[in-house]
Amino acid sequence: MKSIHALTVAEHRDFEGARLGMWLFLITELILFTGMFLLYAMYRLKYAAAFHKASLELDVVIGTMNTLVLLTSSLTVALSIEALKRNSRKLSLWLLGATIFLALVFLVNKYFEWGAKIHHGIYPGSQELMQRNLGEVIYFNLYYAMTGLHGLHVLVGMGVLTWIFVLIARKSRKKYVVHNPHVEQLVGSEIAIVKGDKEGWRVDKIDDNVEQVEITITYEPKSGEVDLPNIIKLENAGLYWHLVDIIWIFLFPLFYLIS
Amino acid sequence: MASHAITEVQHLEENYLQVKSRWRGIFAWIFSTDHKRIGILYLVSSLTFFVVAATIGIFMRLEQLTMGETLMSADVYNRLFTLHGVIMIFLLIIPGIPATFGNFFLPIQIGAKDVAFPRLNLLSWWLYIIGAVLAVTTLFLPGSLPDTGWTFYVPYSVRTGSNVALAVFAAFILGFSSILTGLNFLTTIHRLRAPGMSWHRMPLFVWALYATAWIQILATPMVGITLLLIIFERVLNIGIFDPTQGGDPILFQHLFWIYSHPAVYIMVLPGFGVVSEIIPTFARRTIFGYKLIAYSSLSIALFGSLVWGHHMFVSGESDIANIIFSFLTFFIAVPTAIKVFNWTATLYKGSIALEPPMLYVLSSIFLFAIGGFTGLMQATLPIDVHVHDTYFVVGHFHYTMFGGTIWVMLAGLLYWFPKMTGRMYNKKMAYLAWPFMFIGFNVLYGAMMYMGWKGMPRRYYDHLPEFHTDHVIATVGSWLLYIGILLLLGNLVVALYKGTRAPDNPWGGATLEWQTTSPPPLENFTEEPVVKHEPYHFRKEDNG
Repeated sequence: MKSIHALTVAEHRDFEGARLGMWLFLITELILFTGMFLLYAMYRLKYAAAFHKASLELDVVIGTMNTLVLLTSSLTVALSIEALKRNSRKLSLWLLGATIFLALVFLVNKYFEWGAKIHHGIYPGSQELMQRNLGEVIYFNLYYAMTGLHGLHVLVGMGVLTWIFVLIARKSRKKYVVHNPHVEQLVGSEIAIVKGDKEGWRVDKIDDNVEQVEITITYEPKSGEVDLPNIIKLENAGLYWHLVDIIWIFLFPLFYLIS
Repeated sequence: MASHAITEVQHLEENYLQVKSRWRGIFAWIFSTDHKRIGILYLVSSLTFFVVAATIGIFMRLEQLTMGETLMSADVYNRLFTLHGVIMIFLLIIPGIPATFGNFFLPIQIGAKDVAFPRLNLLSWWLYIIGAVLAVTTLFLPGSLPDTGWTFYVPYSVRTGSNVALAVFAAFILGFSSILTGLNFLTTIHRLRAPGMSWHRMPLFVWALYATAWIQILATPMVGITLLLIIFERVLNIGIFDPTQGGDPILFQHLFWIYSHPAVYIMVLPGFGVVSEIIPTFARRTIFGYKLIAYSSLSIALFGSLVWGHHMFVSGESDIANIIFSFLTFFIAVPTAIKVFNWTATLYKGSIALEPPMLYVLSSIFLFAIGGFTGLMQATLPIDVHVHDTYFVVGHFHYTMFGGTIWVMLAGLLYWFPKMTGRMYNKKMAYLAWPFMFIGFNVLYGAMMYMGWKGMPRRYYDHLPEFHTDHVIATVGSWLLYIGILLLLGNLVVALYKGTRAPDNPWGGATLEWQTTSPPPLENFTEEPVVKHEPYHFRKEDNG
């Protein structure tokens, strides 16, 4: 008697769900920074004059440069998403690469900016800083805490964008693995791959000696196909990157431009 | 993100415990992305922590049995109550119901195959375990366990020589785990409901988890940043709350309670959800006031975010702030009372079966009511000034957190155990454990409230002679309670090996989890359920 066991490979992909999840995550990030902005607001109310004085010491040129760098990177990542949607993988990769490069530029700028401050003896707990009045001390403590935390987010964002870059560059291979699909039931039968009406390949009969069966199916999209799974990943990474950008948009005036 | 799922069209009658994966033994559990296995992982780990922290509690009570230093020094006592609090709050009560029963039953109750992000779900559990391991690691490092209490108040938490930074980092990671669970549940509820499962056909447990998940997402990042700032201050010397650097320690308390008060609703809302499941099942009657119960969860989530200042009545808040927070705190009793009244109305003219889960739920409502009313007393400004930092507060929050959340968690365990394991426990033993727990509980925490009212301060390892009798009574109560807990949990462990096979629907429940097999198959249902009526529908034709 011949019976057919069908193993179908079904895929559950919920892009709406992935996007919803990302937005919820962005909310949590915003609230994380809200805590810091609340502290900033309270201390600035308390030490308005000292904040004014301390902010004069920050380098507005480097700050402005970094603002432009981040804004541009937000543009490039948005263009990269559009490019991938229009199926021009190469252009998308170039734009994504530019975004990662700009993120690096931002961090290098930040390094020099912090380095100069530390060189002048202005860092948390330093003798130089502790001699000043309390408002300036808390200003610089907040400056290091907030831009530091933001810098950490830039670093994480860079990592995520790089990971997606690799995914897009490698094309999206999908791999499905079936382990031990009830070997005892398969005894005496043959395994074949069928797509439509055509039979792909067939293996020898499974007898009692077979203990393990593993079937791996790798699926590679054709060159003309839109790379949907990677688009959603890139879109979500882009959303995260815009968040990093927006937080900087608030940090910049609050620290550099209040004098 | 999206998941690959491989379905076998030809269905094999096999439950999730029998499914073979490429991993063997314990790895088939700790690498599994099946929401049911992850739920069991959380259950086993959080109950283990429960017994550990309860044992620490027993030791603290033993120290108080006699006057003077007998069992431990003041220093050890401080570290032990910190560990007791941290474990109970972060490792048991917060993940207790949502991550265990929520993981296991949320997808089943809405007719889904799994949560929206199964791999993220596994990551949550791993973060939970990493956080737990880090918290315990402090014990073996120079500086040992933190001695600050679970609230980590500055400036003491910055100045103390104990190992605060690592413990705080552990709490940060646990918070992250909690956020990811909330995010996963919200997406699951929005995206994966079965056909016909409209919002108003969702079981009330799902509604409670929905409200909880929102609090998890909106409040937890606030404590995340607050804890990070303690680490910054201790490790990098970036003083944000340090007065010598211009900081203000009171701001720490604000930020901490902006999370930690909503967190008590993260702790108790899922418990309310479990009560709303158990009561209709054992009253054989649809729930009274379905929509009001559902929406009251949301309004508790909303108003719960606006009352944090009542933890700070004696911290130097302005009178106006105190009065506003006091008023809002009274207000939050309204949605809570809505739930209790509706549960009571559900019982009216129901055909009540006092099975073990029902017994535990009913006594939990009684205990939680005591916790709630004493909460209102403390919301009253003059009374709060009197009882602040006394055993009265300790008694109060054990009545709410233990009497409310943990009792309900145990009731939920008795209710869902046959579904999760396919085994029925010994009901007589479950009944037997009850008087130990109930009497022990009231003797222990009742005595605490009483001596707190008389002025016994909290967090002292010793007491004055006038409190001695009360402390002896409380310690005896703690033994009864501990015996009750061990009887209850021991009975379940025995049932795992010797329990009789449980039928698919032992209690005659109406929600979807009772319509599938015990234990459920890998993807929960043999065919995707289609929902045609409200969740608590006890018509004869459906129950067979």
